[in-house]
Order: sequence, then C-alpha cells, then structure tokens
Amino acid sequence: MSATKRPPLPVILLANHFLDGEVVFWSGQGWSRNPQEAQTASTQAEADVLEEAGRLAFARAEVVDAALIDVSLSADGQPVPNHFRERFKISGPSVRTDLGKQAEFAKDQAKG
Amino acid sequence: MYRYDEFDAGFVRERVALFRDQVQRRIDGSLTEDEFKPLRLKNGVYLQLHAYMLRVAIPYGTLSSVQLRQLALIGERYDRGYGHLTTRQNIQFNWPKLRDVPDILDLLADVEMHCIQTSGNCIRNVTADHFAGVAADEWIDPRPVCELIRQWSTAHPEFSYLPRKFKIAVTGASHDRAVVKAHDIGLRIVRHPDTGAHGFEVSVGGGLGRTPMIGKVIRDFLPQEELLAYLEAVMRVYNLEGRRDNKYKARIKILVHETGTEALKARIEHEFAQLDGPSINADPEELARIAAYFAPPHYEELPAVSARLEAAKSANPVFADWIDTNGFAHKVAGYRAITISLKGIGEIPGDITSAQMRQVADLADRYSLSEIRVSHNQNLILPNVKNDDLFALWQGLVEAGLATANVGLITDIIACPGLDYCALATARSIPIAQAIAKRFADPARQREIGPLNLNISGCINACGHHHVGQIGILGLEKRGQESYQITLGGDPTEQAAIGEIVGPGLTAEAVPDAIERLVEVYLEARQVGETFIDTFRRIGIGPFKLAFQHNLEGADHVA
Repeated sequence: MSATKRPPLPVILLANHFLDGEVVFWSGQGWSRNPQEAQTASTQAEADVLEEAGRLAFARAEVVDAALIDVSLSADGQPVPNHFRERFKISGPSVRTDLGKQAEFAKDQAKG
Repeated sequence: MYRYDEFDAGFVRERVALFRDQVQRRIDGSLTEDEFKPLRLKNGVYLQLHAYMLRVAIPYGTLSSVQLRQLALIGERYDRGYGHLTTRQNIQFNWPKLRDVPDILDLLADVEMHCIQTSGNCIRNVTADHFAGVAADEWIDPRPVCELIRQWSTAHPEFSYLPRKFKIAVTGASHDRAVVKAHDIGLRIVRHPDTGAHGFEVSVGGGLGRTPMIGKVIRDFLPQEELLAYLEAVMRVYNLEGRRDNKYKARIKILVHETGTEALKARIEHEFAQLDGPSINADPEELARIAAYFAPPHYEELPAVSARLEAAKSANPVFADWIDTNGFAHKVAGYRAITISLKGIGEIPGDITSAQMRQVADLADRYSLSEIRVSHNQNLILPNVKNDDLFALWQGLVEAGLATANVGLITDIIACPGLDYCALATARSIPIAQAIAKRFADPARQREIGPLNLNISGCINACGHHHVGQIGILGLEKRGQESYQITLGGDPTEQAAIGEIVGPGLTAEAVPDAIERLVEVYLEARQVGETFIDTFRRIGIGPFKLAFQHNLEGADHVA
C-alpha cells in the first residue's frame, strides 16, 4: 500500500476482532483489547510494520476492518485518536459510559 | 397473528443451519472476508463501531408476548441486557458476538422470527401502520397484504440482487401513520369510487437519505387481486433500469426522477401488461388463509364510557394526562390502543431493557390479548386494552419506568443510533435527543406546545427520518467537529413534505437553544387551534429563519 494514503504520524493500528466484533489494538506482540496497550508508530518504517501486522491478521481471519489511525500523545504518553469518530470507537457509546472500553479499562486508567 | 406453516418453519431453520456453516467456513478459511461479508449481511449481521450488530425483523411491527420474552432472553444472554427499536419497526442488538449469532438465530426461529432481508439490496421488512387492525380511522387491516408481500419477497430469486435496498409500507387507514410516501413503494388501501371494491393507491420513488423525495402516485386504483403482478412489474423495471453505476443514485427514486413519472409509469404498465397475472398473483384461497390469521380477536361488548376509567382519571391527574397523550381511539367501543413511550426524558430513544421487555410482555398478556406492536417512532403499542383496565396497566408501566406521557409531543423524538454506535454516522444523535428532551421536560409545557414531531439523524442516510420531522436535525461533520443542520416543515403523513433548511449548522451545545427559539416563534404566531405544522404552513419559514439568525448573532454557535 502506498504511504501517501496513510494518515499522518503517529499512528496506531486498530481493528475489530473477527469472531467477537470487539475493538482490538496491535500491541507489538499481538492484539490487545486494552487501548492503553496500543503500540504507537512514529516513523513510516514503524507504520509499515503495523500495516503488515493488520494485513496478516486479516488474512488469518483474526480481525476485520484493520486500519491505521492517527493519534496525538497525551501528557502521560497515551495515544488519543485525532478524529472524534475513533475516539468514540476506542471508548464506547458516550451515552452509555457503563459499556465498552471506557467502563472496562477506566480503573486501569485511574491506577495508571 | 400470522403463524408459520411447515414451509416457513423449515425455511427459517435451513437458513440458520446454512449461516452456521458459513461462519464455520469463514473460521476455517474456506471463505474469504469478501465472500463472507455479503452472507452475514443477508442474515442481518452488520459490523458497527464497537461490535457486531444484529437486526431482527419484526414483520409489520407485530409481536407476540412470547416473542418479546425471547428477545429479552437474547438481550440478556448474548447482548448487554437491552435492545434498540428502529424506524423500520425492527429491533437491533448492539453487542452480539459473531460466534453466537447462529445460536441467537436458532432462538429466534423457536418463536418464528429471523433476521433475513434486514440488510442488503433486497426487499426489506414491510412496514405498516402500527395501529393496524385496531385504529378507529382504519377500514382495512393492512397486515394480511404485508404478510403476502413478505412471503412473496422472501428469497425471491429475481429480486435478491437489486440495484439497492427496497422498502415497502402499507396503510389501510385514512390518516397515514406509516410514512408511505417516503417509501420505494407506498401502498394505501382505498375503495373504488364507483364499485366500492378494495384496491391500492400505489406510490413509487419516495425515500429519504441523501436525495429525499416524496413518492409519486402511479396508480390511483389497483385491484387488490392484481397486487403481486403489479409489484413484480415495478420491481422488474427497477431491477433492469435502476442505476448500478453509482450507489448513491441506485434507489428507485432516482430512476423515477431521471425517467419522469409519466414515462416510468408507462414503462411499468407495459411490463404489467406483458406479465402473466394469474401465474403471479396470489390464489384467493391463499389470501384468505393469510387473512384468517389477522381476524379480529374476540372483543367483549363494552360501553363506550367506562365509569372506572373516569373515576381513576378524576382521582389521578397524572394518569389522566397519560391517557389523553398516549391513548388512541380503538375501532371497538370500550377499548383503547396504548402507546408505551420509550422516550423517557433523558433516556435513549427506542432502547428497552430485557427486564422491561418482560414487564411489557406480562402486561400484554394481562391487558392486551398478548399482542404488542413496534412503531416506526420507536415506541411500543398495546393495541387492545379495555378502558376498565387502563389504570391497572398504567400502574404496571409506572413500575417498569415506562409511563412517560409524551407520545406525539416534542420529547417523543425519533433518533437513529448515530455515532454512539453506527459505523456510518458522521455525528451523534442520541445526546442531542437527550438534551432537547431535558430542555422541554415539563409535561405542561409539552402539552402547551402540542403535537410536534422532532426527528434526528446522525448522517445523511436519514435513518432518523429527519427530512419528515416538523423539526428535523441532521448531524454532520464539519471541520473535524460535529455540526447539526436544522430543517423545518417536514411532514410524515398523507400531506408528506420534506423539511427546509432554516440556517447554518450549529454546534451540539447550541441546538437546544435554537430549538427553543424556533418553538417560541410558533407559540407567538399561532392562532387558536393551530399545531406547529399548521402555523408553519401559514406563515412560512421566513419568521423562523429570522429568529434563528438573530439567535446566532454574537454567539459562537456555528459549526
């Protein structure tokens, strides 16, 4: 895939788990359900690695809709998507804060 | 209610087995994602923002209490304990796992339900007036016709790969509550002026979405026995001539628009004349077999006025307001149809928990001959409640948190799932609905404003019917933020109209103030007996535009 179609750096790789549908993040070692474990790519070479991981996982029917998402890094180094659509995607419905990752991983964030 | 025969039951079970096998073949790699995706869509499984979504068909919005309990079970066992009612009278589950979907489909098949044709370029769930069979202003129950169309269109080999999706709605009442003019085909059951025979007024090319159109009447009177052949003629012309080069121009409304109503009508009539009607039209015996399932239930002979009801109303003004707002005139004396609002102030429009589904099913068993309806307005209806039972029913609904008295008022908002759930959305809908409902929460103020439908869509596809909202709100993305465009004067009824844009897009925060200002214009200008739409039609959009602009001045509201 040509690099020009890519979103601006830095990026993370997110997808939906094929069998569960749940949003998952490439952590460098594999897919994680926890947004805080998303690996951030800051160079084109690192983004190439993420893209390839997504391609292979799609081919193995592990995930669908794998995509690189441009992010900014928060003060504590956490990647935050630049577009509001992906911010909802990695947190959950804004009208049901008891559901989705915002509910499940909130404690970790508080600890963190 | 219609009951599956052996063929229906066998067909639905076969489809479940087929899908179970397709999922397995995708897992083992025999099917690629490109091959699998259309197969899952044919079974109502979408991939949304956070998870898969499963859309369950509720044919013409009619449910039994047994079916509603099964939906409650599915919500609890395989989802997050709730479901969402849609503007096609269906229900969606927001969090199912693909691996569980075949088991969910089996549970649905146990109660004669399925997800077939709730997605894809085929004929979708046929919708109807939610008061079908009970409305005082209805003279023919449209559901036997809907069921006939459902059977004819299910897995119809010629119409399984249409240029785009296809939606049909039917009403048999004088007042259109099924938005038939915003459908690909809208059918109004009418009586022939000379012979008195029943037939259909047929409209084509209605639709909302990015190019909203009001349907054009192409037949004033179609004899009812010729329905299927005529539908087949329309579908065949559309299938052959509808555009396949551009997804956004593929609906039949574009074909009608580009061809011209008269030319297309002639083309359809020509096709109709070529068809062998008797081989396509339903056998009268089959029609009678279907119609028998919708025969009116046994109603008791009751006085039109219930002393018990009147006493309860006098003693309890909150109950009286609820009856006046959520009650609907029944064709049989002594009964009422009751709308259960799923629009509690600050709640999510159309969402219902599994516990509430069970409570409604129990109340339907006790007070409404075990039948429930889903309206395109995302509410539930108990169609057959005795006046004598209304107070007890209301108490049960209060207990379930389902006694909001706002049906048809400004807080009875239609809202699509928007960007809180939907992968296609460009902005959120639900929080806007919640903010407006909170702003207009006072019941007395809502009644003072009177009938007003406010519809919100989170993208141009218009699932939230914003074009036909008297106040419509469309959520878009502008310069990286959510922006809301307001329209006025839409009308979903027999006087169907598309709303006009009142001004520039607003930020989410600015929407409630703007709505308030627009409502004030109406309240200041209205004459005795007028509703919002009456006043709008009399004074036009001008005064609303002025007020809207004035509201914007000096504020950082434009998005």
